[in-house]
Parts: sequence; structure tokens; C-alpha cells
Amino acid sequence: MMLRSTAVPPLARLTTAMACCGLLSACTEGVLLPKGPVGAQEKQLLLEALIPMLMVITPIIILTLWFAWWFRASNARATYRPRWEYSGAVEFSIWMIPLLVILFLGSLAWTGAHQLDPYQPLASKRKPVVVQVVAMDWRWLFIYPEQGVASVNELAIPVDTPVSFKLTSATVMNSFFIPSLGGQIYAMPGMQTQLQLQASEPGNYRGLSAQFSGDGFSDMHFQVLATDEAGFQSWVQQAKSSATQLDATAYDHLTADHKVGQVAYYFPVSDALFDHAIDHATKRPELTSGVSASNPGTTLLSAGSEH
Amino acid sequence: MFGKLTLSAIPLDQPIIMGTCIVLILGILAVLALITYKRKWGWLWTEWITTVDHKRIGIMYTLLALVMLLRGFSDAIMMRSQQALASSNGHGFLPPEHYNQVFSAHGTIMIFFMAMPFVVGLMNFVVPLQIGARDVAFPVLNSVSFWLTAAGALLINLSLGIGEFARTGWLAYPPLSELPFSPGVGVDYYLWSLQISGVGTLLSGVNLLTTILKLRAPGMRMSMMPVFTWTALASNMLIVAAFPILTATFAMLLLDRYLGTHFFTNEGGGNPMMYINLIWTWGHPEVYILILPPFGVFSEVIATFSRKPLFGYRSMVVATMVITLLAFTTWLHHFFTMGSGADVNGFFGITTMVIAIPTGVKIFNWLFTMYGGRIRFTSPVLWTIGFMVTFTIGGMTGVLMAVPPADFVLHNSLFLVAHFHNVIIGGVVFGCFAGLTYWFPKAFGFRLHEGLGKAAFWCWLVGFYLAFMPLYILGFMGMTRRMNHYDDPSWLPFLLVAEGGAVLILVGILLQAFQLVWSIKKRHALRAGADPWDGRTLEWSTASPPPPYNFARVPQVEGLDAYWEVKQEVVAASREPYEAIEMPRNSGLGFFVSFFAVIGGFGMIWHIWWMGILALVAFFALIVWSSWDENDEFELSATEVTLFERANPHAA
Repeated sequence: MMLRSTAVPPLARLTTAMACCGLLSACTEGVLLPKGPVGAQEKQLLLEALIPMLMVITPIIILTLWFAWWFRASNARATYRPRWEYSGAVEFSIWMIPLLVILFLGSLAWTGAHQLDPYQPLASKRKPVVVQVVAMDWRWLFIYPEQGVASVNELAIPVDTPVSFKLTSATVMNSFFIPSLGGQIYAMPGMQTQLQLQASEPGNYRGLSAQFSGDGFSDMHFQVLATDEAGFQSWVQQAKSSATQLDATAYDHLTADHKVGQVAYYFPVSDALFDHAIDHATKRPELTSGVSASNPGTTLLSAGSEH
Repeated sequence: MFGKLTLSAIPLDQPIIMGTCIVLILGILAVLALITYKRKWGWLWTEWITTVDHKRIGIMYTLLALVMLLRGFSDAIMMRSQQALASSNGHGFLPPEHYNQVFSAHGTIMIFFMAMPFVVGLMNFVVPLQIGARDVAFPVLNSVSFWLTAAGALLINLSLGIGEFARTGWLAYPPLSELPFSPGVGVDYYLWSLQISGVGTLLSGVNLLTTILKLRAPGMRMSMMPVFTWTALASNMLIVAAFPILTATFAMLLLDRYLGTHFFTNEGGGNPMMYINLIWTWGHPEVYILILPPFGVFSEVIATFSRKPLFGYRSMVVATMVITLLAFTTWLHHFFTMGSGADVNGFFGITTMVIAIPTGVKIFNWLFTMYGGRIRFTSPVLWTIGFMVTFTIGGMTGVLMAVPPADFVLHNSLFLVAHFHNVIIGGVVFGCFAGLTYWFPKAFGFRLHEGLGKAAFWCWLVGFYLAFMPLYILGFMGMTRRMNHYDDPSWLPFLLVAEGGAVLILVGILLQAFQLVWSIKKRHALRAGADPWDGRTLEWSTASPPPPYNFARVPQVEGLDAYWEVKQEVVAASREPYEAIEMPRNSGLGFFVSFFAVIGGFGMIWHIWWMGILALVAFFALIVWSSWDENDEFELSATEVTLFERANPHAA
């Protein structure tokens, strides 16, 4: 329709578009369409491992089908070698081929693990933004110690600036994952993990928990707002205009409330709240009724849990 | 008096569950009525329930696996349907509390009560026959092992109608599986049923290991063992080494839940990561426990139907043993994303990849076994070729995830789900079906209908690709596993295709059920002799079905492919008279201990302490008491052996 202005014939455009919408990029989001340097490197590494392997397994699959077909009992042209069970040259090659492939991939794994170590600070001229993440039942709390604000289920970050996450869990294990920006890391009670990510394009990305954590798990996702520095600052100001304070008591109330959460902002935020979170990983209350929050109109199946 | 158990434990308000329960109860009543009507109780008791014959026990293991396949598959198709319906935050038909039980039950049942009994059943049936033995080393223990597995299966299925099952995923990671987060009986059902069946599996491992090491026919050196026996040896070594870890890990979680200890809790110094470390030091070897025997099946099938010896026997054996050793060096790749650090992740990434070398060698060995062969395309061969193609793809995606940074983006996604189904369905399940079709005539004296078997194969193969290839793509799109509902509409088309694949697999399963019924009906037309496939190993040298003592004369082995070599020469039938054979007596021990195991487990699950403790005491007392039972053998006279051998002429 509007394509006519360009020189490319519509059909070719359509084909390209369809190819793009095909197998791998039918997604508007995902690990194959990274929006940041970490994700881009991880995708790169993934393809560097995948393509050589495809080059090895494709001939194996073709040979399997070809041998099976050619040596079918009804094919008189195929030579029957009823005693052929050993060949030094073949044996040598069938050990060497996988060995060489694994030698290559193993070096990729070793260097990749070091290059993309989630604890390693990202190289950048800008000072990283520090975000402390606490996984709760079933929402995410983001504390910005330098800005003094906190938010639930909304993570604002400036683009082209490294973000340094420190993570823990107030409840069971969760895994903090923003597919568009790069790999995940577990958030675990009583422990701290770290992750470095960076966005290179402004946009709204999906964040989620990748580790099953109970009945509200499917709704435990959050928005990532990647904006320019000015946008980030105005987000901080907006958060600061919230008059809800977050101290240890308010935090304990928040973790005791076992339900799926809406976006919320907190200001001011007490110091050392993250340490408090690590030290006070909570129990879920035994007579929980919070599960229904995720899915109104359903009942608890468990009869045993009511005692 | 009844602990936590009250009438409200029965989910009367859940139409799906109650409907299933009613159908199940009616089905069980119908079977019981049929047995009574046909006056088969005595037969069932002496021929099956108290049998210590490894062949019968193997058949019962396989039957258990097939029944549990139906249960696990029902869970699977419910999950696929839920995800096909729950798009754009529609809630589908399963609320999270129910859905979470469904996927937990699916994984637990498919691994512990479908794949394990299937593999153990095949090993039980085939190994003694392949090595020319008359039974396993400890026949009564074998029966105990089977009945303990059955007890676990019964207990886990009771959770369907009484109480609930775990909502924690199939490995019950703490702290989610700890009391504060899972106060119901679900995790207790999980733990007790797996503890009971786990002991059964361990005992079975000890038994088969001893059998292979000590009971081989005279002349059969280790280097002459058929490849299936080699893989069974490897698998049972892994069982003996790995299952105690599982039992100890679950015991600690049980202590946390019952006595308030703090092994894996959030507070009191507990560390949930330790559980994950321990469970995977069992869990990764478990993968090889499951896949190695099917590798053996494929080796037997491909050699037999290519009419050639297996290419590179020594390579195959070395590769099997290398996999066995390396199985214990890779467990950490299940949690690269827990922040272990680059050196540790890099190291375990490499060890994981190293396992791909012997596995790749095996693929090549099967490939070159076909080279120069005369391949008959029977259904076991179709399963084998389907496996070679499918497993290669699954292996590749596995090696891909062994690259730690790739795992960072793929861990816990549907890509992972697609990967392990790719190797478990394409490897273990296809292998078990190949083995089932291959050895069925040996077990029953008639073949399974080939046409229906081939139709079932094609449904399974195409269904598998439709069901799981879309999941690889969804993984790339960032969809994680275990989601009850989601709000991204672009995932829906892929989930619909996956649902279609599941339906096609259902058609395959129905065809297999029909194949079984039809083949039994037409068994006279499908009658098979001792050696229907022109086999190469000793199991084909005795009658189909084999006599209780397997071999009237213990075979003398002089090389690999023992029976094939014998067939190449004309040997005059031995004129020596048969000798009397010492046979193990039937034993009700297995049935009774497993009865007490179910009662005891049920009591402990529901905190009915008197019942749990009394039954567990009875369990141990029974085992101790029967350990002094000296009267456990009888003699089958030479006349009886001669009569049987005359009635069932066969090659050897």
C-alpha cells in the first residue's frame, strides 16, 4: 500500500517481511532481538555455538536417512558386508570429529563464561546505576539506594548506562530475567547474587521470574522502562513525589502480603533495607488466602493445608 | 486418630478430579469383577503377584510403565490445553493451584513411574536371557523391588483423589517445598512415594549388577557381553551410586518438614542451594540411567535388522563406560544461573560438552552398522532411525545450553523444556518402544501387529516435532516454563501447534493400545517361534515364551553374538539327558512389604502416626523374618524339564 514509494517491489518486501516474521523473529521481543550489549553478546555466542553444530549434525542426519534407505533389504544394488564391523580409520574419525567440535565449543564455553560473567562490571565511561532487587510473593521490589527511591514491578533505567543489580529473595527462589537485555540470575533467600545489564535502545521491555515460585508465579512480571537520562531523572522525581515511606516495618508488611502486586513507588527509603531483606527472608503464612489474588474466582484445592 | 485426614480431603468441588476418580474407580471395579467372574484370583496370585521369575517381573514393570504413561500423558495434554486457552491472560480451565499440581505430577510420574519402570522392566526381562542365566541373582529381592515401585506409584496416584499433590515442580526445590510454603500434604505424597520406590530401584540396581557380574554363562567374558547388557551394567552402576544420594536428600527434606530441622529452610542456618546441589548430583546421573539402556536397545535392534554385527563394539563399550564416569561430573550445569562464578561455570560447561563426545561416537557406530547391511524396516527399526535423527537434534540443543552465557538466556525457558523432551521422548521413550516391540514375541510367543505399530510410530514422530519444535521458538521469545497464563498474544500460534502435536501423540498412544488388544486377539495368526527376527544374542536361542528356568542346558559361549555364530554352523542337537534344576520358590514377601509400605507411607503423609509407625515396623519385621527363610527353593525334576523341552522345540 504505502510501499509504492520505494523501489523495492512489494512482493519482495512481502517475502522479506514474511521471512522475518518466520521462525525466529516472529517475536517482537526475545533473546534473539537483544536491546543491549550483554544480550547482544549472549546472542552472538549462542549463534557461534549453534552454527558449527548445525554444520556437523546436518550431514549426520542426511547420512542416517541415506544409509537407511540405500541399504534397505530390497535394494539389490547395495553391497552386503555381513562381517564388516571394524575399520581403524573410521573408528579414529568418529572419535576425532566430536572431539574437535567439542574442543572448539569448550573453548567457547570457557571464554564465554568469563567474558559474560554476570558479576563482572561492564566497561563504560558512565557510572553504573545500582539497583537492589528483592523478589517477593509474587512481585519485584526495586531499591535505588543512590536515588533514595524504590518501586514495585517497575524498573526504570537510563539507556547506555550500566545497571548493576544486587539481588535477593524475601521468599522462595526466583530468577530475575529480562529477555531483551540479557541473561538471568537467581534471587535466593538469605543470599545475594549480582547481575550487570545495559539497555542501548529506549523502550518498554518485559521482565519476569523464570523460576517457578508458587501460585502467583505466572503474574510475577514487571515493566522495564529504558529511557534517556532525562527520562530517568523525571521518573526518579515522580517516584519521589510518592509519599509512601519504605522502612523495615513497611518492608515487613510488604513481604507479609502474599499476592500479585501493582506498580507502586516509595520515598524515602531507609538505608540498609537490602541487608534487612537478606537477613529476614520470610515464611509464607500457613493459612494463606493470598493465592486467590492472582486468579479471582478460584478456590484452594488443598484440603490438607487447611489444618 | 486420623491425623490431618478428614472428609474434606476429597476434592468434591473439583469436577475434573472427581470425574477422573469416578472413571478410575469404575475401571478398577470392572477389572476386579472380571477377575472374580473368570475365577482368576488363584492364577493371578501364583503366576503373577508372588512370582519371582525375572521375566514375569519385567513384564509387570513394563505394564506399570504403560499405565503410568497414560496418567502422565493425561497431565501433559491438560497442560498443553491450558496454555492454548490461557492466552492474553485468559485463565483457561485450570486455576494455578491445580495446574501447578498437574505439571509437578507430570514430571514426577513420567520420570519415576513411567521411564524408570520401563527401563528397569526391559533390563529385568532381557539381561538374564542375554547372559544365559536362569534368573537374577536374588529373585525374591527382585519381586520386593518391583512391588516397592508399584507401592510408590499407588501412593502418588492416591493423591489425585485424597488430598493434593505437590505444587512445587518435579524436583520440589526448597524453600518452596518446605513447610511454610507448602503446608499441605502434596510434598509429603511426593517424598514418601519417591522414598519407597527409590529403595525399590536401588535394590533392583544391586540385583542386576550382581547378576551381570556373577551369573554370566560359562565362557562369556565381559568382552563378549551383548551391548544391551553392557548398557544395563552401566545403568545399574549409576543406580547404585546415585540413588542413595536421592534418598538422603529426601530424608533431609522430610526431617525439615516433620521434625523442624533446618537443612534447607530460609531460617535457622538452612541453605536451600545445598538441596539443589544434592538433587542434581542424583538428577544428572539419572538422565544416563534412563538413556543408556535404550542406547543398548538401539544397538541390538540396528545390528539384528541390518543382519550385521554392531560396528565398533569396543568403541561402543568404551563410550558407554566413559558416559558412566562423566555422568557424575556435570550436575552443576543445571544451575549456571545461581551465580557460581566464571571458573566453575566454565569448568562444568566443558565437562558437560565432553559427554557429547562418547555420545557422538555412538551415533556414528549405529550409522556405520547400517552401512553395508540389509535393513528390514520393521517398527523397531523405524523407532531407531527416528531416534537417531531426533536425538541428534536434542543433543545439539543440550550442548548449546552447556555454553554458560547461552544458558543464561535459555535456562528455565521453554527451550529447555523442548530440549529435555527432545532427548527423553526421542531417546528413552522411542528406545523403550523399540525394545517393547523387539522383545514382545520373546515374552509372549506372538508378535505385535506391524501395521498398527508403524502407524503409531509415525503419529509419535510427527506429533513430537509438532509439539516441541514450537517450544524451542517460544523459548527464544522469552517464554518460561510452568506458566499458567500469559499476556503475550504472539505466543498463542506456537502453543496451538504444540497442542496439535500433543493430540497427534494421543492418536499414537490410542493406536498402540489398539495394537496390543488386536495382537492379543489375533495371537494365533501372529505366532512367533523362538527366533522371529533372526537374532544374534542368546535370548533368541530359547523358546518364546521361555520356560521358567530360561535354558534347559546352560549355554556355552565362545564369542560375541553368541547365538548368531551357533546358527552359522550345523550342530547336532545334544543327546545328553536333561538334569534337574533348582528353582526359587514363589514368595509373597514383595507384595506384603509393599502393602505395609503403602499403609505406612499413607499414615506418615496424613500424620496418622500410629498407623504409619505400626506399618513401618511391620515392614521391617517382615523383611527380617523372611531373611531367615531357608525353604526358598524347589527342584524341577529332569522329567519335567524334558517334557517341557519336547513340547517347545527350539534351536538350542
